[in-house]
Amino acid sequence: MVYLTRIEHFNAAHRLYNNHWSPEQNETIFGKCANQNWHGHNYELYVTVKGKINPDTGYAIDVKKLSNIIKKYIIDKVDHKNLNIDVDFLTDKMCSTETLAVEFWNILKTQLPENVYLHSIKLYETPSIYVEYFGE
Amino acid sequence: MGKVAVFRRERFNAAHRLENKKWDNATNEKVFGKCNSPNYHGHNYDIVVKVTGYPDPETGFVMDMKIMGQIIEKEVVERFDHKNLNLDTPYFQDLNPTAENIAMVIYDLIRPHISDELELQIRLYETPNNFVEYPA
Repeated sequence: MVYLTRIEHFNAAHRLYNNHWSPEQNETIFGKCANQNWHGHNYELYVTVKGKINPDTGYAIDVKKLSNIIKKYIIDKVDHKNLNIDVDFLTDKMCSTETLAVEFWNILKTQLPENVYLHSIKLYETPSIYVEYFGE
Repeated sequence: MGKVAVFRRERFNAAHRLENKKWDNATNEKVFGKCNSPNYHGHNYDIVVKVTGYPDPETGFVMDMKIMGQIIEKEVVERFDHKNLNLDTPYFQDLNPTAENIAMVIYDLIRPHISDELELQIRLYETPNNFVEYPA
């Protein structure tokens, strides 16, 4: 097995806010991340897939195809968007980095070509904070 | 001894959108593209503040970096971090929050706190690939 990673970027607004809680409780738990009018990040998305090398091409996967899949199913939906409002697969979900990584996993897992498997999603919210998800 | 430039980096995360309020929606969309997205998007902004002058013979400092950090924190980060630049700050009510304009606003916020004999320049990164400097 060979592991191959494609990195993509997107810029988005969000807030951390639980609609079932009072504004005060949200403020206590999420602090400035609960800001009513949103804030935003430059997200960096690392998608790692695994597969056997095709002897004819030398590829585990054509990385351009992988990039196109990530762009079509993830980046086009979240880039320059408000994650809480504009993204269908995040409706009624908490827009934490953890949630994003899991949702991206669930989407990409079903879109990969035969004999290529999703290994991990690594998502940076800032240069200092990232989340990894392995589907466990 | 010659002049020396010293630099201090700070960060803030914010939402914004680009919009000229005098234009109709179609024109805004045409000129600003996805940056005009109605529900905002966001960035991890990096500010690099450059101060140039002669090192003080007593301290060896052009400027105490810790004090510079405190000025940036108080004047910029506390105002902009986890905020919506269009809605939550007074500076962009009638000014488009492009990286260019944000850099000029930051310059004006910091300049009064830096000694007159020191030169000041602001470098603002909107993404790792897009950054501006003021004054040019």
